[in-house]
Amino acid sequence: MEWETVIGLEVHAQLATKSKIFSGASTQFGELPNTTACAIDLGFPGVLPVLNLEAVVMAIKFGLGIEATIPHQSVFARKNYFYPDLPKGYQISQFELPVVKRGFIDIVLDKDTTKRINITRAHLEEDAGKSLHENWSAQTGIDLNRAGIPLLEIVSEPEMRSSKEAVAYLKAIHTLVRYLDICDGNMQEGSFRCDANVSVRPRGQTAFGTRTELKNINSFRYVERAIQVEVERQINLLEEGGKIIQETRLYDPDKNETRTMRAKEEANDYRYFPDPDLLPLVITDEWIASIRQTLPELPQQKLKRLIDQYGLSAYDATILTSSKEMAAFYETAVSASNQPKLAANWIISELLGALNKANLDITTSPVSALELGKLVSYIADNILSGKLAKIVLEALWEKEGDIDTIIAKRGLKQITDTATIEKMVDDLIVAHPEQVAAYRAGKEKLFGFFVGQAMKSSNGAINPEQLNQILKQKLA
Amino acid sequence: MHQKTIAALSQALHSKAISSVELTQLFIKRIKQFDQQLNSFITLSEVHALQMAKTADKLRADGKATALTGIPIAQKDIFCTAGIKTSCASKMLDNFIAPYDATVIKKFAEAGMVMIGKTNMDEFAMGSSTENSYYGPTKNPWQTDCVPGGSSGGSAAAIAARLVPAATGTDTGGSIRQPAALCGVTGIKPTYGRVSRFGMIAFASSLDQGGPIAKTAEDCALLLEAMAGFDERDSTSVDRTVPNYAATLNDSIQGRRIGIPKEYFSNDLDPIVSKTIMEAVKEYEKLGAIIKEVELPHTLLAGPAYYVIAPAECSSNLARYDGVRYGYRCHNPRDLQDLYQRSRNEAFGHEVKRRIMIGAYVLSAGYYDAYYLKAQKIRRLIRDDFEKAFQTVDVILGPTTPTPAFKHGEKVNDPISMYLADLYTISVNLAGLPAISIPAGFINQLPIGMQLIGNLFDESKLLNIAHAYQKVTTWHEASPEGF
Repeated sequence: MEWETVIGLEVHAQLATKSKIFSGASTQFGELPNTTACAIDLGFPGVLPVLNLEAVVMAIKFGLGIEATIPHQSVFARKNYFYPDLPKGYQISQFELPVVKRGFIDIVLDKDTTKRINITRAHLEEDAGKSLHENWSAQTGIDLNRAGIPLLEIVSEPEMRSSKEAVAYLKAIHTLVRYLDICDGNMQEGSFRCDANVSVRPRGQTAFGTRTELKNINSFRYVERAIQVEVERQINLLEEGGKIIQETRLYDPDKNETRTMRAKEEANDYRYFPDPDLLPLVITDEWIASIRQTLPELPQQKLKRLIDQYGLSAYDATILTSSKEMAAFYETAVSASNQPKLAANWIISELLGALNKANLDITTSPVSALELGKLVSYIADNILSGKLAKIVLEALWEKEGDIDTIIAKRGLKQITDTATIEKMVDDLIVAHPEQVAAYRAGKEKLFGFFVGQAMKSSNGAINPEQLNQILKQKLA
Repeated sequence: MHQKTIAALSQALHSKAISSVELTQLFIKRIKQFDQQLNSFITLSEVHALQMAKTADKLRADGKATALTGIPIAQKDIFCTAGIKTSCASKMLDNFIAPYDATVIKKFAEAGMVMIGKTNMDEFAMGSSTENSYYGPTKNPWQTDCVPGGSSGGSAAAIAARLVPAATGTDTGGSIRQPAALCGVTGIKPTYGRVSRFGMIAFASSLDQGGPIAKTAEDCALLLEAMAGFDERDSTSVDRTVPNYAATLNDSIQGRRIGIPKEYFSNDLDPIVSKTIMEAVKEYEKLGAIIKEVELPHTLLAGPAYYVIAPAECSSNLARYDGVRYGYRCHNPRDLQDLYQRSRNEAFGHEVKRRIMIGAYVLSAGYYDAYYLKAQKIRRLIRDDFEKAFQTVDVILGPTTPTPAFKHGEKVNDPISMYLADLYTISVNLAGLPAISIPAGFINQLPIGMQLIGNLFDESKLLNIAHAYQKVTTWHEASPEGF
């Protein structure tokens, strides 16, 4: 049977506010345990939550970024359950009336395929603390520094059909929240987390299969792998005649498998009800309009502009708009070179590869956007061949100086003087009489041999077009 | 001196007839002398009080005294006090010392009042008799085999026995007014949002409201003005100017329209209580008020709605008492479940457990709509009843309770009959309205309270109308013998 995968994602983005969502305590990461938690975060008797409007502004920004509906009134609700790192015995969240309703984001799958993923809702809530099981024998340490950090929970429709789509969606959301400056996107520190609802069904069937929820898969790679292994598990189970149980499963990246965390029967009845300590959150059109004015160019807008303005493919444009910094780097390189396509190619295929290998990103690139732009313009102006340019790029990376110094010092300038090239070709013909004869006898494949020899003897400095032309002439 | 009102004591302090330190010592002496009979205090903060009294005397010497500076006050043990135990009358918080002051505590301190101690109450304010206290029941000073009402029974009993001239209470379903009525003192529950709830331990957040208990409406006016006001730490407090309540106390009530809801005078009402209240109505007629009958058709639904909403909120509010961070923790818990279950089972009393269970039940999946949502709809209807009534009258008058104080133990095993003691008070909380209870007579030496209910933020009008009655009657001046 042919199976179809159905995936919906729940993303938890920690909002980058200075203080917590319902208290004045700091949100600084990495402080000593329980030093950034105040009486409100600790759920002391008699304390009350007061909503941090900075978190609301960020939620509205996100809503605008996905072209969502922002209701004039939303309501905070209590989600009741007992857990040691949940100080009040309930989490303040939003249930029936979230701050953001019905939006979408377009994801780019490959070269020129895009797909719209609808977003059901996004709501504000407080994060819980952390239970620390390591370093304690038969005890659990509780760190409540994280308790009360604002979260935006972003819930997609179950519209993704492969782990690849899920990752593309997750990356698109990740890009958006960073463009909006509402989340630092740090997956390692847990400020951007993801749960996946996964099910399979026979292709053509409209009803959904039974889903499982994969918890806390904290890197793009793990999301892809976790979904893949879960889909395989479900298909194998179904094909063996088994049944999927609705449950929460945990992905183990070391064993690359998912395993049961808790079954649905064990799931809590959260007894949601409106939090009587907080008034309904009222958002006026004027407030939304004033926030709209502060929005930067969003990734989708930038993507569209890059395609229109520079003639890039959607795929390349997606890579170049994956972060604000990346897009700025690209546009600086373009304005320095006036070579949008060449600049895109060099950034995507050369620079990003090198950065990746060195575990760096565009913000820490040893080669600046202006340098890359100049390099690209030298290629366009035939001052450097592609091969030479790669050498120059490496030298720039190693901080050997500016481009002109590197070219001068290493003698890397492209040879474009016809007489010089003719002399080199003449020497080549004299040095390889057999190959010349064979070529002239019809073995045209040998043309590459002469090109190679010429490049080798000139360290790749000869302008390839001129070389081709002269070689053809002289070998004829 | 102990019979004097706050207004009179303030005068005595001002004329240097007595210092705050002397006044404080006088009341501390009375508490030590009489409270063994009453058990109205959980904590007596003598050292702290004398320090505050000294500060108050200095303020007065420096000419910085307000009307309340130097006056002793007892705080219900539900208001958090930095450095002094706040137990909420529960074993759960027997070891709890808050690192912060409730806003109400802070405001009284800023006014120069001297906190003398923390008063007894029903555990977590759940009850109508102050029998549900980990520290034992409080006795009614009028007849010590009777309850003082609750949950602010300690505060009301202490005022009645003249152990302190001022006290605070909190009122979720009548917890200020009912004990005030049963102890023959005056207590006002302000409009929801008038007084900050920050640092006031929550029972049912959408109903809880702090307020003063004292001998007279005039004293309540002074106290309320000090404790009321917007607090940025309480999102449900209302940003609205606090009027000078004392300034309008003596306004004429000529032409004021007083509504009598026929639903409050049904056959269930003790005929003597009914008669007593109708005599008070006659007094008002003499003062020039216009008496009108009003209808509050959904009155009988208030009880069922209240006993869904209040437990629902309480079940969630009390979830934080889990033995993890503060408060009671059971010995040697086997595992997490055991820690939760035994800590809560060993430290909460029966009534608290009963309400947590009811609350968890009415909020649970499948029952939410039938109970909680339905109760919220009833709440709306009750508010609409009052809104309609206040289109034709200024205040609504009736008994505070259907009967005078009952005997200790009489209703402990009959929660429903205990709940009925709140019959006239709970609809006021559901509607968020202000209401005051003032002494209006006696049955067999037990005080009867009259309740005046006002429209939202009409505390001035309530205090004015209550004060007008107290100017022509002496019920509020009576005090129990033996104290």
